[in-house]
Amino acid sequence: MASPVTEAAASASDLVVRRQGHVILDGLTFTLPRGRVTGLLGPSGCGKTTLMRTLVGVQVIDAGELTLLGLPAGDPRLRSRLGYSTQEHAVYGDLTLAENLRYFGTVLGLPRSRLADTITQTVTTLDLTGLEHRLVDTFSGGQLARADLAVALLAEPDLLVLDEPTVGLDPVLRRDLWAVFHRLAAGGATLLVSSHVMDEAARCDHLMFMREGRFLAAASPGEILTETGTADLESAFLALASHSQAVRP
Amino acid sequence: MTAVAGEAPARARPVLTAPIRWRLTGATASRVLSQLRHDPRTVVMLVVVPSLLMVLLRYVLDNAFALNRFAPEFIGVFPFIIMFIITAVTTQRERARGTLERLMAMPLGKLDLLAGYAIAFGLVALVQVGVVLLISLTWLGVQLPGSVVPLLVVAVLDALLGMSLGLFASAFARTEFQAVQFMPAFVLPQALLCGIVVARDQMTDVLRWLSDVLPLSYAVDAMQRISAGAAWSGTVTRDIVVILGFTVAALAGGALTLRRRTQ
Repeated sequence: MASPVTEAAASASDLVVRRQGHVILDGLTFTLPRGRVTGLLGPSGCGKTTLMRTLVGVQVIDAGELTLLGLPAGDPRLRSRLGYSTQEHAVYGDLTLAENLRYFGTVLGLPRSRLADTITQTVTTLDLTGLEHRLVDTFSGGQLARADLAVALLAEPDLLVLDEPTVGLDPVLRRDLWAVFHRLAAGGATLLVSSHVMDEAARCDHLMFMREGRFLAAASPGEILTETGTADLESAFLALASHSQAVRP
Repeated sequence: MTAVAGEAPARARPVLTAPIRWRLTGATASRVLSQLRHDPRTVVMLVVVPSLLMVLLRYVLDNAFALNRFAPEFIGVFPFIIMFIITAVTTQRERARGTLERLMAMPLGKLDLLAGYAIAFGLVALVQVGVVLLISLTWLGVQLPGSVVPLLVVAVLDALLGMSLGLFASAFARTEFQAVQFMPAFVLPQALLCGIVVARDQMTDVLRWLSDVLPLSYAVDAMQRISAGAAWSGTVTRDIVVILGFTVAALAGGALTLRRRTQ
Protein backbone atom coordinates (compact mmCIF):
# COMPACT_ATOMS: atom_id res chain seq x y z
CA MET A 1 0.00 0.00 0.00
CA ALA A 2 1.57 3.23 -1.18
CA SER A 3 -0.55 5.65 0.84
CA PRO A 4 0.47 6.45 4.41
CA VAL A 5 -1.47 4.75 7.21
CA THR A 6 -2.66 8.07 8.55
CA GLU A 7 -4.55 8.91 5.36
CA ALA A 8 -8.32 8.49 5.57
CA ALA A 9 -9.90 5.73 3.47
CA ALA A 10 -12.78 8.06 2.67
CA SER A 11 -13.53 11.70 3.31
CA ALA A 12 -16.56 13.84 2.65
CA SER A 13 -17.27 17.49 3.01
CA ASP A 14 -20.72 19.11 3.03
CA LEU A 15 -22.23 16.08 1.33
CA VAL A 16 -25.86 16.66 0.33
CA VAL A 17 -28.19 14.06 -1.17
CA ARG A 18 -31.84 14.64 -1.99
CA ARG A 19 -34.32 11.96 -2.97
CA GLN A 20 -37.76 12.85 -4.34
CA GLY A 21 -37.40 16.42 -3.12
CA HIS A 22 -36.45 15.46 0.45
CA VAL A 23 -33.03 16.19 1.91
CA ILE A 24 -31.71 12.79 3.05
CA LEU A 25 -28.08 13.69 3.72
CA ASP A 26 -27.92 17.22 5.07
CA GLY A 27 -24.36 18.46 4.57
CA LEU A 28 -22.25 15.62 6.03
CA THR A 29 -18.53 16.11 6.69
CA PHE A 30 -16.56 13.09 7.90
CA THR A 31 -13.56 10.83 7.40
CA LEU A 32 -13.32 7.06 7.66
CA PRO A 33 -10.03 6.13 9.36
CA ARG A 34 -8.08 3.52 7.41
CA GLY A 35 -7.78 0.05 8.95
CA ARG A 36 -10.58 0.68 11.45
CA VAL A 37 -14.14 -0.49 11.96
CA THR A 38 -16.42 2.53 11.92
CA GLY A 39 -19.96 2.12 13.17
CA LEU A 40 -22.76 4.11 11.56
CA LEU A 41 -25.55 4.20 14.11
CA GLY A 42 -28.95 5.76 14.06
CA PRO A 43 -32.66 4.98 13.88
CA SER A 44 -34.30 3.52 10.76
CA GLY A 45 -34.86 6.18 8.13
CA CYS A 46 -32.10 8.51 9.33
CA GLY A 47 -30.15 8.19 6.05
CA LYS A 48 -27.69 5.35 6.80
CA THR A 49 -28.53 3.35 3.69
CA THR A 50 -28.42 6.45 1.45
CA LEU A 51 -24.99 7.35 2.84
CA MET A 52 -23.76 3.82 2.12
CA ARG A 53 -25.19 3.87 -1.42
CA THR A 54 -23.46 7.21 -1.95
CA LEU A 55 -20.13 5.76 -0.80
CA VAL A 56 -20.28 2.82 -3.21
CA GLY A 57 -21.18 5.15 -6.08
CA VAL A 58 -24.75 4.14 -6.92
CA GLN A 59 -26.38 7.30 -5.57
CA VAL A 60 -26.33 10.69 -7.32
CA ILE A 61 -24.70 13.39 -5.17
CA ASP A 62 -26.43 16.78 -5.13
CA ALA A 63 -23.71 18.85 -3.45
CA GLY A 64 -20.40 18.49 -1.64
CA GLU A 65 -17.36 16.33 -2.18
CA LEU A 66 -16.69 12.66 -1.52
CA THR A 67 -13.34 10.93 -2.03
CA LEU A 68 -12.63 7.22 -1.48
CA LEU A 69 -9.14 5.68 -1.58
CA GLY A 70 -7.96 8.86 -3.30
CA LEU A 71 -10.60 8.70 -6.04
CA PRO A 72 -13.95 10.48 -6.45
CA ALA A 73 -17.06 8.48 -5.50
CA GLY A 74 -18.38 6.55 -8.48
CA ASP A 75 -14.98 6.30 -10.23
CA PRO A 76 -14.88 3.03 -12.22
CA ARG A 77 -11.45 2.21 -10.73
CA LEU A 78 -13.13 1.89 -7.32
CA ARG A 79 -15.51 -0.85 -8.39
CA SER A 80 -13.15 -3.75 -7.74
CA ARG A 81 -11.78 -2.22 -4.52
CA LEU A 82 -15.08 -1.76 -2.68
CA GLY A 83 -17.16 -4.46 -1.01
CA TYR A 84 -20.84 -3.67 -0.56
CA SER A 85 -23.49 -5.62 1.26
CA THR A 86 -27.11 -4.49 1.33
CA GLN A 87 -29.99 -5.23 3.67
CA GLU A 88 -31.99 -6.99 0.98
CA HIS A 89 -29.28 -9.65 0.54
CA ALA A 90 -28.54 -9.21 -3.13
CA VAL A 91 -27.65 -12.79 -4.13
CA TYR A 92 -29.36 -15.07 -6.64
CA GLY A 93 -31.80 -17.33 -4.78
CA ASP A 94 -32.04 -19.73 -7.72
CA LEU A 95 -28.29 -20.41 -7.78
CA THR A 96 -26.17 -22.37 -5.33
CA LEU A 97 -23.79 -20.50 -3.03
CA ALA A 98 -20.80 -21.66 -5.09
CA GLU A 99 -22.44 -20.54 -8.34
CA ASN A 100 -23.18 -17.13 -6.82
CA LEU A 101 -19.60 -16.72 -5.63
CA ARG A 102 -18.13 -17.92 -8.92
CA TYR A 103 -20.23 -15.42 -10.88
CA PHE A 104 -19.57 -12.43 -8.63
CA GLY A 105 -15.90 -13.43 -8.31
CA THR A 106 -15.53 -13.44 -12.09
CA VAL A 107 -17.30 -10.08 -12.36
CA LEU A 108 -14.92 -8.70 -9.74
CA GLY A 109 -12.03 -9.77 -11.93
CA LEU A 110 -10.55 -12.55 -9.76
CA PRO A 111 -8.19 -14.57 -11.94
CA ARG A 112 -9.50 -18.00 -12.92
CA SER A 113 -6.58 -19.74 -11.19
CA ARG A 114 -7.35 -18.14 -7.82
CA LEU A 115 -11.14 -18.26 -7.97
CA ALA A 116 -11.70 -21.69 -6.36
CA ASP A 117 -9.23 -21.03 -3.52
CA THR A 118 -10.68 -17.60 -2.80
CA ILE A 119 -14.19 -19.04 -2.66
CA THR A 120 -13.13 -21.81 -0.25
CA GLN A 121 -11.38 -19.28 1.94
CA THR A 122 -14.36 -16.88 2.04
CA VAL A 123 -16.80 -19.72 2.71
CA THR A 124 -14.60 -20.88 5.61
CA THR A 125 -14.27 -17.35 7.05
CA LEU A 126 -18.05 -17.00 7.19
CA ASP A 127 -18.63 -20.54 8.46
CA LEU A 128 -20.66 -21.54 5.41
CA THR A 129 -18.68 -24.73 4.71
CA GLY A 130 -20.94 -27.55 3.56
CA LEU A 131 -23.54 -25.20 2.09
CA GLU A 132 -21.68 -24.50 -1.18
CA HIS A 133 -23.90 -26.68 -3.32
CA ARG A 134 -27.24 -25.76 -1.84
CA LEU A 135 -29.61 -23.30 -3.50
CA VAL A 136 -29.51 -19.95 -1.70
CA ASP A 137 -33.34 -19.90 -1.64
CA THR A 138 -33.20 -22.75 0.91
CA PHE A 139 -30.92 -20.81 3.29
CA SER A 140 -32.03 -19.58 6.71
CA GLY A 141 -31.97 -15.84 7.41
CA GLY A 142 -28.54 -16.04 9.05
CA GLN A 143 -27.08 -18.14 6.23
CA LEU A 144 -28.49 -15.73 3.65
CA ALA A 145 -26.95 -12.74 5.45
CA ARG A 146 -23.56 -14.51 5.45
CA ALA A 147 -23.90 -15.51 1.78
CA ASP A 148 -24.41 -11.83 1.02
CA LEU A 149 -21.38 -10.89 3.12
CA ALA A 150 -19.35 -13.54 1.31
CA VAL A 151 -19.90 -11.69 -1.97
CA ALA A 152 -18.80 -8.43 -0.33
CA LEU A 153 -15.61 -10.01 1.10
CA LEU A 154 -14.73 -12.03 -1.99
CA ALA A 155 -12.28 -9.70 -3.72
CA GLU A 156 -10.51 -8.69 -0.48
CA PRO A 157 -11.67 -5.08 -0.86
CA ASP A 158 -9.82 -2.13 0.66
CA LEU A 159 -13.10 -0.59 1.81
CA LEU A 160 -16.09 -2.59 3.00
CA VAL A 161 -19.49 -0.94 3.28
CA LEU A 162 -21.88 -3.21 5.17
CA ASP A 163 -25.50 -2.19 5.68
CA GLU A 164 -26.88 -3.78 8.87
CA PRO A 165 -24.98 -7.05 8.32
CA THR A 166 -25.84 -8.55 11.70
CA VAL A 167 -29.53 -7.68 11.92
CA GLY A 168 -31.63 -10.60 13.13
CA LEU A 169 -28.65 -12.90 13.66
CA ASP A 170 -28.17 -15.09 16.69
CA PRO A 171 -25.80 -13.62 19.32
CA VAL A 172 -23.05 -16.21 18.81
CA LEU A 173 -23.02 -15.57 15.09
CA ARG A 174 -22.98 -11.81 15.69
CA ARG A 175 -19.98 -12.10 17.97
CA ASP A 176 -18.17 -14.24 15.38
CA LEU A 177 -18.93 -11.78 12.57
CA TRP A 178 -17.61 -8.86 14.61
CA ALA A 179 -14.44 -10.87 15.15
CA VAL A 180 -14.19 -11.30 11.37
CA PHE A 181 -14.68 -7.55 10.86
CA HIS A 182 -11.86 -6.73 13.30
CA ARG A 183 -9.59 -9.32 11.72
CA LEU A 184 -10.15 -7.72 8.30
CA ALA A 185 -9.44 -4.27 9.76
CA ALA A 186 -6.23 -5.59 11.35
CA GLY A 187 -5.29 -6.78 7.86
CA GLY A 188 -5.54 -3.21 6.56
CA ALA A 189 -9.14 -3.01 5.34
CA THR A 190 -11.43 -0.16 6.28
CA LEU A 191 -14.96 -1.06 7.32
CA LEU A 192 -18.13 0.96 7.67
CA VAL A 193 -20.83 -1.05 9.42
CA SER A 194 -24.32 0.31 9.99
CA SER A 195 -26.69 -0.72 12.73
CA HIS A 196 -29.77 0.57 14.47
CA VAL A 197 -28.95 -1.45 17.59
CA MET A 198 -26.90 0.52 20.13
CA ASP A 199 -25.29 -2.51 21.75
CA GLU A 200 -23.24 -2.96 18.58
CA ALA A 201 -21.77 0.52 18.91
CA ALA A 202 -19.38 -0.58 21.63
CA ARG A 203 -17.78 -3.10 19.23
CA CYS A 204 -16.59 -0.33 16.86
CA ASP A 205 -13.26 1.54 16.86
CA HIS A 206 -14.91 4.71 15.68
CA LEU A 207 -18.55 5.83 15.74
CA MET A 208 -20.77 8.10 13.72
CA PHE A 209 -24.14 8.80 15.35
CA MET A 210 -26.68 9.83 12.75
CA ARG A 211 -30.14 11.33 13.05
CA GLU A 212 -32.35 12.96 10.39
CA GLY A 213 -29.56 13.20 7.83
CA ARG A 214 -27.00 14.79 10.15
CA PHE A 215 -24.28 13.57 12.45
CA LEU A 216 -24.79 13.99 16.18
CA ALA A 217 -21.24 12.89 16.89
CA ALA A 218 -18.24 11.25 15.23
CA ALA A 219 -15.56 9.94 17.58
CA SER A 220 -14.40 6.81 19.40
CA PRO A 221 -16.87 5.18 21.84
CA GLY A 222 -14.67 6.26 24.79
CA GLU A 223 -14.55 9.88 23.64
CA ILE A 224 -18.32 9.98 23.16
CA LEU A 225 -18.93 8.63 26.68
CA THR A 226 -16.48 11.11 28.20
CA GLU A 227 -17.88 14.06 26.29
CA THR A 228 -21.52 13.32 27.13
CA GLY A 229 -20.75 12.20 30.69
CA THR A 230 -22.93 9.11 30.22
CA ALA A 231 -22.34 5.51 31.27
CA ASP A 232 -23.48 3.79 28.08
CA LEU A 233 -23.76 4.61 24.38
CA GLU A 234 -27.57 4.44 24.30
CA SER A 235 -27.74 7.23 26.91
CA ALA A 236 -25.04 9.12 25.03
CA PHE A 237 -27.14 8.98 21.84
CA LEU A 238 -30.22 10.24 23.73
CA ALA A 239 -28.23 13.06 25.32
CA LEU A 240 -26.81 14.12 21.97
CA ALA A 241 -30.20 13.89 20.25
CA SER A 242 -31.98 16.08 22.82
CA HIS A 243 -29.09 18.55 22.77
CA SER A 244 -29.23 18.85 18.96
CA GLN A 245 -32.98 19.39 19.10
CA ALA A 246 -32.51 22.17 21.65
CA VAL A 247 -30.01 24.09 19.54
CA ARG A 248 -31.76 23.62 16.20
CA PRO A 249 -34.15 26.38 15.10
CA MET B 1 -9.94 14.40 -8.15
CA THR B 2 -13.18 14.77 -6.24
CA ALA B 3 -16.80 14.49 -7.28
CA VAL B 4 -17.90 18.10 -7.32
CA ALA B 5 -21.51 19.08 -6.81
CA GLY B 6 -23.76 19.09 -9.87
CA GLU B 7 -21.21 17.41 -12.08
CA ALA B 8 -22.86 13.96 -11.90
CA PRO B 9 -19.87 12.32 -13.61
CA ALA B 10 -21.51 8.92 -14.18
CA ARG B 11 -24.39 10.42 -16.15
CA ALA B 12 -22.20 12.62 -18.30
CA ARG B 13 -20.48 9.57 -19.80
CA PRO B 14 -21.88 7.81 -22.86
CA VAL B 15 -24.24 4.90 -22.25
CA LEU B 16 -21.94 2.15 -23.40
CA THR B 17 -18.40 3.08 -22.52
CA ALA B 18 -16.28 -0.04 -22.46
CA PRO B 19 -15.97 -2.52 -25.29
CA ILE B 20 -17.55 -5.89 -24.62
CA ARG B 21 -15.46 -8.17 -22.38
CA TRP B 22 -16.08 -11.79 -23.30
CA ARG B 23 -15.12 -13.33 -19.95
CA LEU B 24 -17.74 -11.24 -18.15
CA THR B 25 -20.30 -11.75 -20.93
CA GLY B 26 -19.69 -15.50 -20.86
CA ALA B 27 -19.96 -15.60 -17.08
CA THR B 28 -23.26 -13.72 -17.24
CA ALA B 29 -24.66 -16.02 -19.94
CA SER B 30 -23.66 -19.11 -17.99
CA ARG B 31 -25.10 -17.64 -14.79
CA VAL B 32 -28.48 -17.03 -16.52
CA LEU B 33 -28.45 -20.59 -17.92
CA SER B 34 -27.59 -22.00 -14.45
CA GLN B 35 -30.57 -20.15 -13.01
CA LEU B 36 -32.77 -21.81 -15.65
CA ARG B 37 -31.18 -25.20 -14.97
CA HIS B 38 -32.28 -24.98 -11.33
CA ASP B 39 -35.82 -24.32 -12.49
CA PRO B 40 -36.70 -27.39 -14.60
CA ARG B 41 -40.38 -26.56 -14.72
CA THR B 42 -39.66 -23.29 -16.53
CA VAL B 43 -37.32 -25.09 -18.94
CA VAL B 44 -39.99 -27.68 -19.73
CA MET B 45 -42.54 -24.94 -20.33
CA LEU B 46 -40.13 -22.99 -22.53
CA VAL B 47 -39.47 -26.00 -24.73
CA VAL B 48 -42.80 -27.84 -24.62
CA VAL B 49 -45.48 -25.12 -24.60
CA PRO B 50 -44.83 -23.75 -28.12
CA SER B 51 -44.89 -27.28 -29.52
CA LEU B 52 -48.13 -28.09 -27.69
CA LEU B 53 -49.68 -24.91 -29.07
CA MET B 54 -48.57 -25.92 -32.55
CA VAL B 55 -50.22 -29.33 -32.13
CA LEU B 56 -53.34 -27.53 -30.95
CA LEU B 57 -53.21 -25.25 -34.01
CA ARG B 58 -52.91 -28.29 -36.26
CA TYR B 59 -56.14 -29.79 -34.91
CA VAL B 60 -58.02 -26.51 -34.60
CA LEU B 61 -57.37 -25.67 -38.25
CA ASP B 62 -57.59 -29.32 -39.35
CA ASN B 63 -56.67 -28.25 -42.87
CA ALA B 64 -53.28 -28.85 -44.45
CA PHE B 65 -53.42 -25.71 -46.63
CA ALA B 66 -54.25 -23.39 -43.70
CA LEU B 67 -51.65 -25.08 -41.47
CA ASN B 68 -48.88 -24.59 -44.04
CA ARG B 69 -49.89 -20.92 -44.26
CA PHE B 70 -50.07 -20.20 -40.49
CA ALA B 71 -47.45 -22.52 -38.96
CA PRO B 72 -44.34 -20.50 -39.96
CA GLU B 73 -45.93 -17.28 -38.69
CA PHE B 74 -46.66 -18.87 -35.34
CA ILE B 75 -43.13 -20.27 -35.18
CA GLY B 76 -41.94 -16.65 -35.47
CA VAL B 77 -44.36 -15.28 -32.88
CA PHE B 78 -44.00 -17.86 -30.04
CA PRO B 79 -40.38 -17.20 -29.18
CA PHE B 80 -41.01 -13.45 -29.47
CA ILE B 81 -43.80 -13.56 -26.87
CA ILE B 82 -42.13 -16.03 -24.51
CA MET B 83 -38.77 -14.24 -24.54
CA PHE B 84 -40.54 -10.94 -23.90
CA ILE B 85 -42.13 -12.33 -20.74
CA ILE B 86 -39.12 -14.15 -19.30
CA THR B 87 -36.78 -11.23 -19.91
CA ALA B 88 -39.19 -8.67 -18.47
CA VAL B 89 -39.68 -10.78 -15.33
CA THR B 90 -36.00 -11.77 -14.92
CA THR B 91 -34.76 -8.20 -15.27
CA GLN B 92 -37.45 -6.85 -12.97
CA ARG B 93 -36.39 -9.49 -10.42
CA GLU B 94 -32.74 -8.38 -10.70
CA ARG B 95 -33.82 -4.82 -9.95
CA ALA B 96 -36.12 -5.77 -7.06
CA ARG B 97 -33.71 -8.24 -5.46
CA GLY B 98 -30.84 -5.75 -5.49
CA THR B 99 -28.50 -7.90 -7.60
CA LEU B 100 -28.61 -5.32 -10.40
CA GLU B 101 -27.47 -2.57 -8.02
CA ARG B 102 -24.75 -4.87 -6.70
CA LEU B 103 -23.53 -5.61 -10.25
CA MET B 104 -23.62 -1.90 -11.10
CA ALA B 105 -21.33 -1.25 -8.12
CA MET B 106 -18.93 -3.88 -9.55
CA PRO B 107 -16.71 -3.74 -12.64
CA LEU B 108 -19.41 -5.16 -14.93
CA GLY B 109 -20.24 -3.18 -18.06
CA LYS B 110 -23.85 -2.75 -19.13
CA LEU B 111 -22.93 -4.24 -22.48
CA ASP B 112 -21.43 -7.31 -20.77
CA LEU B 113 -24.70 -7.82 -18.90
CA LEU B 114 -26.96 -7.26 -21.93
CA ALA B 115 -24.88 -9.44 -24.23
CA GLY B 116 -24.79 -12.17 -21.57
CA TYR B 117 -28.57 -12.17 -21.44
CA ALA B 118 -28.82 -12.13 -25.23
CA ILE B 119 -26.50 -15.14 -25.60
CA ALA B 120 -28.26 -17.19 -22.91
CA PHE B 121 -31.78 -16.47 -24.11
CA GLY B 122 -30.70 -16.76 -27.76
CA LEU B 123 -29.56 -20.34 -27.03
CA VAL B 124 -32.85 -21.09 -25.28
CA ALA B 125 -34.73 -19.69 -28.29
CA LEU B 126 -32.69 -21.87 -30.62
CA VAL B 127 -33.73 -25.01 -28.71
CA GLN B 128 -37.32 -23.84 -28.46
CA VAL B 129 -37.64 -23.08 -32.17
CA GLY B 130 -35.68 -26.21 -33.12
CA VAL B 131 -38.12 -28.46 -31.24
CA VAL B 132 -41.23 -26.77 -32.56
CA LEU B 133 -39.86 -26.91 -36.13
CA LEU B 134 -38.96 -30.57 -35.78
CA ILE B 135 -42.43 -31.50 -34.51
CA SER B 136 -44.14 -29.35 -37.15
CA LEU B 137 -42.17 -30.79 -40.05
CA THR B 138 -42.38 -34.44 -38.99
CA TRP B 139 -45.41 -35.29 -36.84
CA LEU B 140 -47.69 -32.47 -37.96
CA GLY B 141 -46.67 -32.79 -41.62
CA VAL B 142 -46.17 -29.08 -42.28
CA GLN B 143 -44.86 -28.60 -45.83
CA LEU B 144 -42.29 -25.86 -46.39
CA PRO B 145 -41.15 -25.11 -49.93
CA GLY B 146 -38.25 -23.06 -48.56
CA SER B 147 -35.23 -24.22 -46.59
CA VAL B 148 -35.29 -24.62 -42.82
CA VAL B 149 -32.08 -22.82 -41.83
CA PRO B 150 -33.19 -19.26 -42.76
CA LEU B 151 -36.46 -19.92 -40.96
CA LEU B 152 -34.53 -20.90 -37.83
CA VAL B 153 -32.30 -17.82 -38.12
CA VAL B 154 -35.25 -15.42 -38.43
CA ALA B 155 -37.12 -17.15 -35.59
CA VAL B 156 -34.09 -16.70 -33.29
CA LEU B 157 -33.84 -13.04 -34.35
CA ASP B 158 -37.54 -12.69 -33.43
CA ALA B 159 -36.75 -14.19 -30.03
CA LEU B 160 -33.92 -11.69 -29.50
CA LEU B 161 -36.30 -8.89 -30.50
CA GLY B 162 -38.77 -10.08 -27.85
CA MET B 163 -35.92 -10.26 -25.35
CA SER B 164 -34.73 -6.71 -25.99
CA LEU B 165 -38.27 -5.28 -25.84
CA GLY B 166 -38.88 -7.18 -22.60
CA LEU B 167 -35.69 -5.77 -21.14
CA PHE B 168 -36.74 -2.26 -22.08
CA ALA B 169 -40.30 -2.72 -20.78
CA SER B 170 -39.09 -4.11 -17.44
CA ALA B 171 -37.65 -0.71 -16.55
CA PHE B 172 -41.21 0.59 -16.27
CA ALA B 173 -42.43 -2.25 -14.05
CA ARG B 174 -42.30 -1.82 -10.29
CA THR B 175 -43.39 -5.38 -9.58
CA GLU B 176 -43.16 -8.77 -11.30
CA PHE B 177 -46.94 -8.61 -11.62
CA GLN B 178 -46.69 -5.43 -13.69
CA ALA B 179 -43.92 -6.94 -15.79
CA VAL B 180 -46.23 -9.81 -16.77
CA GLN B 181 -49.02 -7.32 -17.53
CA PHE B 182 -46.78 -5.67 -20.11
CA MET B 183 -47.14 -8.76 -22.27
CA PRO B 184 -50.75 -8.00 -23.32
CA ALA B 185 -49.94 -4.27 -23.43
CA PHE B 186 -46.81 -4.49 -25.63
CA VAL B 187 -47.34 -7.74 -27.47
CA LEU B 188 -51.02 -8.37 -28.17
CA PRO B 189 -51.58 -5.17 -30.24
CA GLN B 190 -48.58 -6.17 -32.34
CA ALA B 191 -49.95 -9.70 -32.73
CA LEU B 192 -53.28 -8.28 -33.96
CA LEU B 193 -51.62 -5.87 -36.38
CA CYS B 194 -48.76 -8.02 -37.67
CA GLY B 195 -50.73 -9.61 -40.51
CA ILE B 196 -51.65 -13.01 -39.06
CA VAL B 197 -55.27 -12.19 -38.22
CA VAL B 198 -55.91 -9.92 -41.21
CA ALA B 199 -53.49 -9.45 -44.11
CA ARG B 200 -51.75 -6.10 -43.78
CA ASP B 201 -52.79 -4.85 -47.23
CA GLN B 202 -56.46 -5.32 -46.29
CA MET B 203 -56.23 -3.04 -43.23
CA THR B 204 -57.49 0.56 -43.21
CA ASP B 205 -54.75 3.16 -43.74
CA VAL B 206 -54.41 4.09 -40.08
CA LEU B 207 -54.09 0.49 -38.94
CA ARG B 208 -51.61 -0.27 -41.73
CA TRP B 209 -49.45 2.73 -40.74
CA LEU B 210 -49.51 1.43 -37.17
CA SER B 211 -48.61 -2.00 -38.46
CA ASP B 212 -45.76 -0.47 -40.48
CA VAL B 213 -44.04 0.93 -37.38
CA LEU B 214 -44.40 -2.20 -35.23
CA PRO B 215 -41.49 -4.67 -35.36
CA LEU B 216 -43.52 -7.89 -35.19
CA SER B 217 -45.04 -7.08 -38.62
CA TYR B 218 -41.59 -7.43 -40.17
CA ALA B 219 -40.86 -10.61 -38.22
CA VAL B 220 -44.03 -12.24 -39.50
CA ASP B 221 -43.49 -10.93 -43.03
CA ALA B 222 -40.02 -12.48 -43.13
CA MET B 223 -41.34 -15.83 -41.87
CA GLN B 224 -44.10 -15.77 -44.51
CA ARG B 225 -41.72 -15.02 -47.36
CA ILE B 226 -39.07 -17.54 -46.35
CA SER B 227 -41.57 -20.34 -45.80
CA ALA B 228 -43.17 -19.61 -49.16
CA GLY B 229 -39.85 -20.55 -50.72
CA ALA B 230 -38.74 -17.04 -51.67
CA ALA B 231 -35.22 -17.93 -50.49
CA TRP B 232 -33.34 -14.71 -49.72
CA SER B 233 -35.01 -11.75 -51.41
CA GLY B 234 -34.48 -8.02 -50.97
CA THR B 235 -37.68 -7.77 -48.94
CA VAL B 236 -36.49 -10.46 -46.53
CA THR B 237 -33.22 -8.58 -46.10
CA ARG B 238 -35.18 -5.38 -45.40
CA ASP B 239 -37.31 -7.26 -42.83
CA ILE B 240 -34.21 -8.57 -41.10
CA VAL B 241 -32.58 -5.14 -41.04
CA VAL B 242 -35.74 -3.71 -39.44
CA ILE B 243 -35.86 -6.54 -36.83
CA LEU B 244 -32.19 -6.01 -35.98
CA GLY B 245 -32.69 -2.25 -35.88
CA PHE B 246 -35.53 -2.54 -33.37
CA THR B 247 -33.50 -5.03 -31.31
CA VAL B 248 -30.48 -2.73 -31.11
CA ALA B 249 -32.67 0.32 -30.38
CA ALA B 250 -34.51 -1.52 -27.59
CA LEU B 251 -31.19 -2.77 -26.14
CA ALA B 252 -29.80 0.77 -26.19
CA GLY B 253 -33.02 1.97 -24.52
CA GLY B 254 -32.64 -0.85 -22.00
CA ALA B 255 -29.02 0.13 -21.36
CA LEU B 256 -30.18 3.69 -20.65
CA THR B 257 -32.54 2.35 -18.00
CA LEU B 258 -29.73 0.37 -16.32
CA ARG B 259 -28.49 3.28 -14.25
CA ARG B 260 -25.25 2.99 -12.32
CA ARG B 261 -26.33 5.93 -10.23
CA THR B 262 -29.89 6.68 -9.28
CA GLN B 263 -31.52 9.72 -7.70
